[in-house]
Parts: sequence; C-alpha cells; structure tokens
Amino acid sequence: MDINEFKSNDGITWCPGCGDFGILTALKKALVILDRKPKDILLVSGIGQAAKLPHYIRCNCFNGLHGRALPVAAAAKIANRALTVIVTTGDGDCYGEGGNHLIHNIRRNVDMTVIVHNNQIYGLTKGQASPTTDLGYQTKVQAGGVILEPMHPLEMAIALGCGFVARSYSADSGHLSGMIVEGIKHKGFSLIDVLQPCVTFNKKNNYQWYGKRVYKIDSSSYNPGDKMAAYQKAQEWEEKIPLGIIYKQEKETYEEKSGLNQKKPLVEETVEGVDIHNVLAEFV
Amino acid sequence: MINEFTIRIAGEAGQGMQTIGELLCRVFKKSGLGIFSNQDYMSRVRGGNNFFQLRVSIKPVFTLREKADIIVALDQKSHGLHKAGLKDGGIIILDKKKFNISENDNTFFDAPLYETAINSGGSDIFINTVSCGIVTAITNMEFACLSQAIKDIFADKGADIIEKNIAAAKAGYDFANASYKKEKLKLNAPPLKSTLLMNGNQAIALGAIRAGCKFYSAYPMTPSTSIMDTVAHYAKEFNIVVEQAEDEIAAINMIIGASYAGARSMSATSGGGFALMVEGISLAAMTETPIVVVDAQRPAPATGFPTRTESADLDFLISAGHGEFARVVYAPGTIEEAFYLTIKAFNIAEKYQIPVLIMTDQHLADSERNIEPFDLDKVRAQRYIISKEDSRNITGYKRYQLTESGVSPRAIPSWIEDAIYADSDEHSEEGHIVEDGATRIKMVEKRLYKKMAGLVKEIEKPAAYNLEKADNVLLGFGSTYGVLKEACETLGESFGFAHLSQVWPFPSEEISLLFKDKKNIITVENNASGQLARLLMRETGIKVNNSILRFDGRPFNLDDLVKRIKG
Repeated sequence: MDINEFKSNDGITWCPGCGDFGILTALKKALVILDRKPKDILLVSGIGQAAKLPHYIRCNCFNGLHGRALPVAAAAKIANRALTVIVTTGDGDCYGEGGNHLIHNIRRNVDMTVIVHNNQIYGLTKGQASPTTDLGYQTKVQAGGVILEPMHPLEMAIALGCGFVARSYSADSGHLSGMIVEGIKHKGFSLIDVLQPCVTFNKKNNYQWYGKRVYKIDSSSYNPGDKMAAYQKAQEWEEKIPLGIIYKQEKETYEEKSGLNQKKPLVEETVEGVDIHNVLAEFV
Repeated sequence: MINEFTIRIAGEAGQGMQTIGELLCRVFKKSGLGIFSNQDYMSRVRGGNNFFQLRVSIKPVFTLREKADIIVALDQKSHGLHKAGLKDGGIIILDKKKFNISENDNTFFDAPLYETAINSGGSDIFINTVSCGIVTAITNMEFACLSQAIKDIFADKGADIIEKNIAAAKAGYDFANASYKKEKLKLNAPPLKSTLLMNGNQAIALGAIRAGCKFYSAYPMTPSTSIMDTVAHYAKEFNIVVEQAEDEIAAINMIIGASYAGARSMSATSGGGFALMVEGISLAAMTETPIVVVDAQRPAPATGFPTRTESADLDFLISAGHGEFARVVYAPGTIEEAFYLTIKAFNIAEKYQIPVLIMTDQHLADSERNIEPFDLDKVRAQRYIISKEDSRNITGYKRYQLTESGVSPRAIPSWIEDAIYADSDEHSEEGHIVEDGATRIKMVEKRLYKKMAGLVKEIEKPAAYNLEKADNVLLGFGSTYGVLKEACETLGESFGFAHLSQVWPFPSEEISLLFKDKKNIITVENNASGQLARLLMRETGIKVNNSILRFDGRPFNLDDLVKRIKG
C-alpha cells in the first residue's frame, strides 16, 4: 500500500503549525504499515478541528454531530465487520459533549480505535476551556482561571476496564503511528489520547511545554497488563508525562460476546422476502 | 339476545391483570368472537389500581365502550373505584369475605376468590385464574378454551404450573356454574374466520422484521418498549442486532451509523426520548441516511403521564429537527396499518434517503385486537442501494451527486473501491465541506424540494367512510381510527369520516377533494389544542367547525365520542 493511495484533494483548513498535522501524517503512515485499503477503512468524527481530519485522507468518512462519533462508529462496525473503524475526535468532542458515549462504548468494547486530539482547549469556538484544560488557565470565559478539576481520561478509561489505553504526542509522528498501529491491531475498543499543541489558543501547553515533559515508557521494564501500575502511570502529569501503552488487556469484544462474528455481516443480509410465517403462527 | 359485552378486571399492579387479560382474550378469540382490549395502568410496579378492559362482540370491534357488563374486583378498593363504570344490570365479581364487605348490592356476585385459589392451586396468586374460570362460565364459554389458553400462555413455565392453573380455573368455573343465578351473557354468532391477536407495538416489530430491519437500537421508554422486546425476541432467528443504547442520543446516532454502513435500522421511543433524538433526525436528513423512528406518544410535557395516552406530538414530529428537509410522518390508525406502514416506512426511508417517523400512542401500542391475517404481498420490502454486484463497476463515485429526483445513488462502504464521504456540514457532491452559496442552494433544493416532490406522489391516501352522503364529517389521525369508524356507524347516514395515516407530507389534495362542499367538519383529537385542525387550515385553508378534544390521558371510547358529537 502506497501512502499516495490515501491522498485527499480536499484543502486543509487547520492553522499553520497545528498539532493536527502530525496526527494526520501518523495516521496515514499507520494505515500504510497495516496495509489496509481506503475502501476498507471508515473514519468517523464529530465536530471540531480533529473532526475535519477524515476529509484529508482518502477513505470512507462519516463526519457527524458534535460528541456523537462513537455511537455512529460502533454501529457501523456492528453492521459491517469488514470495516476498520477509526474515530478522530477532540477533547471537547469526546470528553465533553460525548462523555457518556465514551463511558458506555468502553463498556461495549466494539473493535474500533479512538484517537483523541487532546489540545486541552476549544479551538473551533475560539479558546474556551475544555474538560482537560489545566486548573487556573485563563480564557475569555474562564476569566478568573479554570476552577473545574480537569478530567483524567486515561485514569477513567483504565477504571472502566478499557482494553487498550495509550498516550502519544503529535510532534512525534513515529511514536504516534506506532501507537495507532497497535491500537488498530488490538481487538476491541482502543483509546489513544494524543497531546496536540494548539498554536492559536493554548498558550500554556505548547510544543515547548510538552517537549520538556514527555518521555517514552520503557517497554522492557513496564508491564501494561498490571492495572494498578497503569493507574499510577496514568496519573503522571505536571513533571513528566509518559508516552506509550499505559494499559493493555485482551478482552472479549462485543462482536465475540454477542455472537455477531459467527454470523453473516448485517450488511450482507437480504432485505426482500424475509419469511415471517413462523412468527405470525405464534399470534394465531 | 345481546351482541357484545365488556369485561373490566381491576386490581393492584402485580396481581396479574395482564395474565387474566391474555387468557380471556384467547378464550374469546378461540370461540370465534371479535375482541378489543386495552390496559389502563399506573406508572408503578406494585400497588395502585390498574385495570384491563376487554370488549367482546359477535363482529370485529375497533374501539372500547365506556361501561362494563362485568367487573372483576381483585382487591378491596376496586369495586368502589369502578362502580361508576358498571353498566345498568351489570355485575361485579368480588370476594366479600376477603375484602371485609358487609353491604349487599344486587350488582355483586360474591365469589370466594382467595379461598378457592388456595384450595385449588395452593396459593392466593391463583386468584387470577380462578377469576378467569368464573368469567368463562358466566359468559357461557367452553372450559376447554380456557384450559387450552392456560397451556399456551404458561407453555414455558412447566407442567406443575399449568396443572395448578387449570385446577384453579376449573374451581372458579364450577363455582360460577353452581352459584350464578342470573342469566348468562351469551353471544351467538357464526365464528369469525381465523385471526391474529396482537397489539400495535407487536405489529410494528413484525413489520420491521418483515422489512429487513437488521439493527435496532433504543433506550427503554414506555409505551414504546414492547417494540424492542418483540424485535429482541426474534433477533437471533433473523440475524438482527438489538442494542440497548446509553441514551436516546446514542440510539439515533447508532441507527444512523448502522444505516450508513448498509444495514436497515430503526429505533423507537416516546416523546421525551424523541426530544433527545431531534438533532439526530436533522443529521439523518443532512447526511441522507435512511432511518425509521417510532414515537409512541404519551401525555407530556416532560415526564407527563408515563403509562397513558395522548397524541400531542403532531406539531412536534412534522417539524422536529433544525433546518429544512424532507421527511415522512405516518400515523397508523389500526394494528394492520401499523404493520404495513412500518414496511413502507423502511422502503420510503431508503428510496429517498430520509428519516421516516411513525407516530403512534399508548392506546394503539398496547391495545390488542384480533385482526385478519396479514397480506404479505400488500407491501413488500424493496432495496434502493447499489447492489454488491453492481458496485464492482463504480468509479468516480459522488455520494451526493445532483440528480433530477434529488436522490443520489447510494453505495455501501467497502463494496465500492472509492471512498464514500458523508458529512453533517454543508457539502459538495463528493461529500466534502463547502462554504459557497451556489452549492448550498443546490443541496437545499435536493434535500427539500426535489425529495418532497417525489414523496407527495407516494402519499398514503386518507381513509374515507360515507363521505358522499354525509353532511357531517369527522377527521382524525393515528389511533382514533377505530372510534371514528364505530361512531359513524352508530350515528347513521348523515355522518362520515376521514382518517389520516400519513400526516406529512400532508395529503392536501386528497383531503381538499374529499371535503369539497362539506359544511360541518369536526376533528377528533387526543390533544388539547386541536393540532390537526390547525394543520388542516395551514395546508388546505379548510377551517373546521369544531374540534372534539380529549386530553385526560385516556383514549376516546365509542359512547363518550357519540355523546360529545350529539352534544
């Protein structure tokens, strides 16, 4: 598979220098590594800068409502298992507006990969606090500084038993594409939280700020299968921020538990002439 | 000689009124009689006062009567609460000793329900089958019909349960035959031909299965839940995925996702849940993704009366969703229509790539009637996608290609080599985000004008009864069909009615023709503001003379409507 296969002709509308570019590059690389055809990939997104990403790759795309990418993605996968389903979402879209869907789709455990462009700020609405904005950060709306405790998505995902929880950094597209490859390979719901500098609205968590703090987890000494260790690792933030697979556990997927993968994909089922005579007989 | 009677069984939630209802429905149905039954229940699991009402007739019946010939009181409060609902000459079956009732009333038929239940079945839970035995005897039915009904209903409960229930029923039956001194309620008529017994929700579920629905997602909400129950019951057999969503927003987005991927998809809810789905309706319209959503209405605003009936979401459904786009709203009037229109809903949704809404209400959802077997050839499921075989030859695919009909050929992701872009933003023919006004205009015309022009040609014709002769015309939609029909039959030649089973696009042409020169037009509506009268005025300029409205959370019945029409 050649990377040009994924080239889209749609013009990119992100700010120059935006962290989203690194994610786009990493995702394309990952898809090349995985050797998936554009027709077999479905990118689902909601609203926000992250949600525009599917337009910049040539593959199937459903760009829906704010916060609602996950239910669309889960059901599309249920309907057609041939699709590799990836969600590109942001901290507002996934952790704010769509928080309930995140919780319950982790529980649902449909085989899909969720890439959260976490820039800790609202970009498209011009600079308000997001659920992950650091305490005290001032915005036009949060003029006295953010007073709400930031959400901790990785800790939450681990607590919910998410089978694949990782963090990466958009400036390191090599690392990120590796995480995406692992996330897609993992059977079940995979969450990849990507630190993504917003060059326009987040004056604190910029390339420099992240650059000083991020470090790669040493895979020779760290066991991502240890839930308590993972929980501790996920809490590292102010001084040092770990990148890599924080938690990983093989679990039965929705498709396996429901028996779906033993049956014909829903999309292949015939619609015409469904025989309901036996059912009607029960009402005689 | 009588032609019909009505039985009301009242008691606390948890006393098994539903079981009695189901048993008696089967007894009368097996005896070849016409039945119509409805439940009146409170929003609670135990206690309170619920009742089940069953009208039995020598011919098919379509609505309820106001008063009962037989009331079965299963608890102490019921005879007092329901006395006013007893017809002159009617009887109340009750257990005077158990309920500490000393008064004598010539309507009472005192029966030791509890003692008989314990002696025959071993527990007072059998009062419901004892009562069934008594009613079976008083209505002159064969005991064999009741014992067969018990075997059918408790089939999966085991031989012991069946045996005890039959013993309890027989004890009640024998007691009544020995002690009931008044004249029995006898219906004599040639039996009706073989029928199906079901309620509106079951008919919708069966329609969905027949239409090839493969994905159903919903959040449980009364009175829609039994659609999900029924689809789930048959899900394995028909390879349907039924997924209980975390909320109604998830439910509608899930059915949109499954439908985008190519599976026929559906959800059902009631008004409050539908309110949460509204943004999703707009999404389905914008992305041109076919979906079918049922709103089984209940009285609102907010939580309202969770277990009761109203049809006040008419205005809401025909305009639900921000922005302007084509949609269809069906309002089936009968259980049969609920079945056929559900199949049509899937076809129309897919043919025009739009959201199709089916509005019912608690009355239609829960009422059971014995109906003629479905004609499976009447409405057949048809697909409107690019088949897998044809997909091989597709190149340069544009999801939103501009066409004369406004409908773009719909390809299925992974079946064609090209990528398929669907977007909630305004988009180009390729599905990419645009900002220019010229494309915007073309896309609005596509989604609204062009699709509407096609949909108008597919309007479900209003039902019309005696409109040539009648001076007085009743008009209704949804679950009022049955009461309109029987009211007109009762009122005589000068009355006719029209019933709308599709309220959007509004059948303006058809109604204008039917109502030409009619002087006295009256809408009959289960809402407080006469929404249908307003819609009629808006769409046709026809002003009604009167609206008969009922908004106490209860359905119209034949006697009540006739009385109100006569004024």
